[in-house]
Amino acid sequence: MAAKKQVEKTKEKKVKPVYPVSLSGIIWKIATLGLVDAVVLFMIMVMVAQERITESVVAAIVAGIINWIYLRRGGLPAKYLAPGVLFLIVFQVYVLVFSGYTAFTNYGSAHNGDQNLAIQTIKNAAYRVVDGGEDFVVVPGTDNKDGKPALLLTSNVDNKVYIGKDGQQKIEVPEGKFTLSANCADPYAEDTTTCAHAAKTAVGFTPVKISDLTPYQIRKYYSLRVVIDPKDDTLGIKTADLAIASEIQATLSFDEKTKFFTALEDDENGKFVKGDVFKPAENGYYHVDGKIKNAHLDAGWRVEVGLKNFVTIFTDEQLRAPLFKVIIWTFVFAFATVGSTFLVGMAIAFLFNHEKLKGKRFYRSIMILPYAFPAFLSAYVWVGLLNKEHGFVNTVLLGQPADGDNNIGWLTEEGPARWAVLLVNLWLGFPYMFLIVTGALQSIPGELTEAARIDGASPWQSFRLIKLPLLLVSIAPLLISSFAFNFNNFTIIYLLTKGGPNDSGVTDYDVGGTDILITFVYKIAFSGTGQNYGLASAFSILIFLVIGTLSLISFRRTRTLEDIN
Amino acid sequence: MADIAAKIPNFKTNVRRRSFLKWLFTTGWRHVLGLAICVYAIFPILYILSTSLYPNNDINNTTTLFADVSWDNYDALLANEDGNRPFLTWYANTVIIGLLTSVGSVFLSALAAYSFSRLRFRGRRGGLMSLILMQMFPSILGLVAIFSLMSDIGQVFPQLGLNSQLGLVMVYMGGALGGGTYLMYGFFNTVPKEIDEAAKIDGASHARIFFTITLRLVAPVLAVQMLLSYIGVTSDYVLASILLSDPEKLTLATGLQTLINDPYSKDWSMFTAGAILSALPTVIIFLILQRYITSGLTAGATKG
Repeated sequence: MAAKKQVEKTKEKKVKPVYPVSLSGIIWKIATLGLVDAVVLFMIMVMVAQERITESVVAAIVAGIINWIYLRRGGLPAKYLAPGVLFLIVFQVYVLVFSGYTAFTNYGSAHNGDQNLAIQTIKNAAYRVVDGGEDFVVVPGTDNKDGKPALLLTSNVDNKVYIGKDGQQKIEVPEGKFTLSANCADPYAEDTTTCAHAAKTAVGFTPVKISDLTPYQIRKYYSLRVVIDPKDDTLGIKTADLAIASEIQATLSFDEKTKFFTALEDDENGKFVKGDVFKPAENGYYHVDGKIKNAHLDAGWRVEVGLKNFVTIFTDEQLRAPLFKVIIWTFVFAFATVGSTFLVGMAIAFLFNHEKLKGKRFYRSIMILPYAFPAFLSAYVWVGLLNKEHGFVNTVLLGQPADGDNNIGWLTEEGPARWAVLLVNLWLGFPYMFLIVTGALQSIPGELTEAARIDGASPWQSFRLIKLPLLLVSIAPLLISSFAFNFNNFTIIYLLTKGGPNDSGVTDYDVGGTDILITFVYKIAFSGTGQNYGLASAFSILIFLVIGTLSLISFRRTRTLEDIN
Repeated sequence: MADIAAKIPNFKTNVRRRSFLKWLFTTGWRHVLGLAICVYAIFPILYILSTSLYPNNDINNTTTLFADVSWDNYDALLANEDGNRPFLTWYANTVIIGLLTSVGSVFLSALAAYSFSRLRFRGRRGGLMSLILMQMFPSILGLVAIFSLMSDIGQVFPQLGLNSQLGLVMVYMGGALGGGTYLMYGFFNTVPKEIDEAAKIDGASHARIFFTITLRLVAPVLAVQMLLSYIGVTSDYVLASILLSDPEKLTLATGLQTLINDPYSKDWSMFTAGAILSALPTVIIFLILQRYITSGLTAGATKG
């Protein structure tokens, strides 16, 4: 074993190219690495300050690996791959893994964090402002003694100034130890010229600008509660907007030990009564007594739900009909787009692949305009052109009256909308195909077609038997990529029709006549009331599997990957 | 069609000697078809131009192209009197984001492609194949993940999180390897290895060979790749609209969209003026580079 390794090592040494080392190279390397390390160090310090230990350890390890890659001799491939791979891991691999995991959870607008975040959210929201209670003008800042978040409060009742900190009673700031701002002490004062003014800053207190605060720091201020009566922890002073603080009465009490909530008052909608105990249930909500059939509190947390999302996709009656329709249309759309753009592009390429033709450059310049013009802008313009009532296509090209009731609803009726989407996509896509077919044609040796001509082949035979097969071999990978791209061509569908016209009333899901899978999934995840990331992620994984498998098979069949070896 | 046919005689002034029919059968019909396709290609763009030049116009009401021509819309767009459409800021944002991303991602994928093309290592085939596959996972599907990732990053580093342009650039760069490496790999394969060998014998380090020889040789292709990447980034609407929210941080794609977002005050004239201004530089560069673009698109696939 050892001997074998030895042999391998010497063999490797012989093969390995030995590159000379230059002084300027070393200087560059050290300078860049030093810069990277300094940035990482700074990031770690920030993370440690926010008690994010795991993240800082990961950052330190990554920095260590990067230093190792560039400081050791050899390992050249890693040196060239590392920068791209780093971004790839953070923004693509992570996204894949995250989507993969999310597919097995109930992650959505109602379940968007862990249980502690849900508890925090419930606590922050479970109070009501005491009627007729004292209000305070707020200046957020920190206490100079311990650097903790503090609020500078000016009462609207007696204009007295206090400093309030979380879990402590407010402390009055004596006259002369604070300076006044232009704001009134009474936030509801009508006459702002004669009112008593609120404090701006005080001795022992450093105000902060709200725009300088991170979301993390703002959350700290929102959860801050100043104690009013040490014996009654349901009362307090709280701010919800960092401008005004009010006396509040909690509506739920939380037990730190058991992590249960108890209702202190009857629910105004009658869902639960005073004394009900909310316990965490396995569906990621606080339910009364932990039973799912009982009422639950609004904020939930993310829990793993196993294959539930996938089961929904395959068994939900509401989903079956629209999903089937969407899948069929997705394939039709992708095939029709690739087919039509390729045919038109190829036809034009052959049309212009003629030596004696003059003005080729002129034609080409005009024809690639749709490709050069930003697609999102073109999409909007087509929306205007295809407008039912006044669109240029209807009123001028088709001679229909403006505002005519019988005009074709290019974007509002399912049949025409599908044709419209395909025609616009043809417009967007044919220049690309024209360019790549032209490129591929130029790389076909002239001798081949010349020989065919001498052997008596007709132009059509020479096209069908020689040019087309050679063309297909060389641009097949691009056609496959184009198929994969159009299979998920979110932009054009979403900007043109938003997937509509909607099949309203047929199903609970938001789905329309031109929805392809990707726009359908987008709506599940982002639009409407019940944003369901878990279900959307399950869909994403399935789509990725389908399109990945299709592409892999086609790449294999066109044998384009074989030259990688 | 009829008026196109009428124009044909203008094209054959220099072929008077030949018979019209012969000309028609060899190249003439190509011109007819070519013009027809040109009309299809350029008509919507002419339409934008016409709308943008028409004062107080609504895109839905124009029936004649170039009925009236004035710079009013452009003046109003650039003046930004009510202050809620900082067009020039959007423009600058887009150019900066586009340049950073295109230069950065072409550089990253050039580095990776170089190692795939020139070096032999374990996992090379698998790596290249996973890159191609990963490209099949479009960023839209990962929106939730990207949003939550950026929101988490923003909790610690607001400069890189949500509503940060640098963060957006980083997200775009994440797609760099998947997007460009395979094409670039094809280009590097067309550069003869003997050049590397010769430079090495002359005492050049691998970094020197890469930066001063290989990259220089594929420079036109790099330029085209950057241009295509730039167009891709500046056209992106979805990621930018999810990650950016402040009006003065928006890109052209997201900013111009706000002009026609509100169904009650769709400002098509402003929008089209903005569209023309934002497309102009790209189109010009595209036309200048068009000779290279064909090879830039196909070289990777056709192996030069």
